[in-house]
Amino acid sequence: MSKTSQSTIVRQTGEGTIKSYVTGFVLSIVLTLVAYTLVVHDALSRHLLVALVVGLALVQFVVQLLFFLHLGRETKPRWKLFVLLFMLLVVLILVFGSLWIMNNLNYRMTPAQINTYMNNQGGGF
Amino acid sequence: MTKQLITRPVDLPPEAANTDKTLFGFWVYIMTDCVLFASLFATYAVLHNNTFGGPGGRQLFSLPYVLRETLILLTSSFTCGLAVLSARLQHKNKVLFWFGITFILGLAFLAMELTEFRHLVQEGNSWRRSGFLSSFFALVGTHGLHITAGLLWMAVLMAKIVSSGLTRANVRRLTLLSLFWHFLDLIWIFIFTMVYLLGALGV
Repeated sequence: MSKTSQSTIVRQTGEGTIKSYVTGFVLSIVLTLVAYTLVVHDALSRHLLVALVVGLALVQFVVQLLFFLHLGRETKPRWKLFVLLFMLLVVLILVFGSLWIMNNLNYRMTPAQINTYMNNQGGGF
Repeated sequence: MTKQLITRPVDLPPEAANTDKTLFGFWVYIMTDCVLFASLFATYAVLHNNTFGGPGGRQLFSLPYVLRETLILLTSSFTCGLAVLSARLQHKNKVLFWFGITFILGLAFLAMELTEFRHLVQEGNSWRRSGFLSSFFALVGTHGLHITAGLLWMAVLMAKIVSSGLTRANVRRLTLLSLFWHFLDLIWIFIFTMVYLLGALGV
């Protein structure tokens, strides 16, 4: 195989190496098992436990982005990274916006009010 | 001079530039799919306490079972990466071997998910039971549908590789499929954490 077509294939397949895949795999397993063990033993306070478990998921998200999806090996201009960051912005607005609005609604309306509202809209229990 | 040839995209052969565009286009699709999952996660987060007098996640989910599912999917993501590495070295049989393993692991994951669904429905805890279960089935079911689509794609691609070998087009398809498969594993981390682990804590 000529040198050019070899480099084309490397470009195509995203420049991962056996080392990056093994590192990503081992780290992901460790992070999963740690989160699982923390929850099963349930020894810490609730708030700390939730923060730790969500934190471990976010760490694993970054680990897999770097070692499985090779985001760190992208050359400038980093379009993939920009699209990813925009996606994260949309996701944050979507998730926290929904939770904020719905909790606020829950807080401000009594069940009777909700029922009346739903009946007026043609729904309800 | 040589350095310029490598770094300036204008100087790439046309097929390579097209491959870059295809990969980027597929990346954008994956990011929009993340938004779809985010809306299902948001729905679940809003509704997960609305059990309508029925059981919650704490009573329904078995953590050791879900941990096994998670490890199976994680391993399949790894073997999918090994298939991509073998494709780069043009080892056709190794590609088929690693994709075969990935396919079997993916199928095992799907079977476990469907078994869990069947148990829930048989015990009267289907999506019609409560808002919590509706959002649970919508979220986890959508992930299962993606897995099913990925498995179909993998089967078709393996047949193509058997018939026409590791051509440039097939290697490109294989790379896209590996991106898709890694992405499904990424989504599952959040389902495992938000739905099952936090559900077991009763949050």
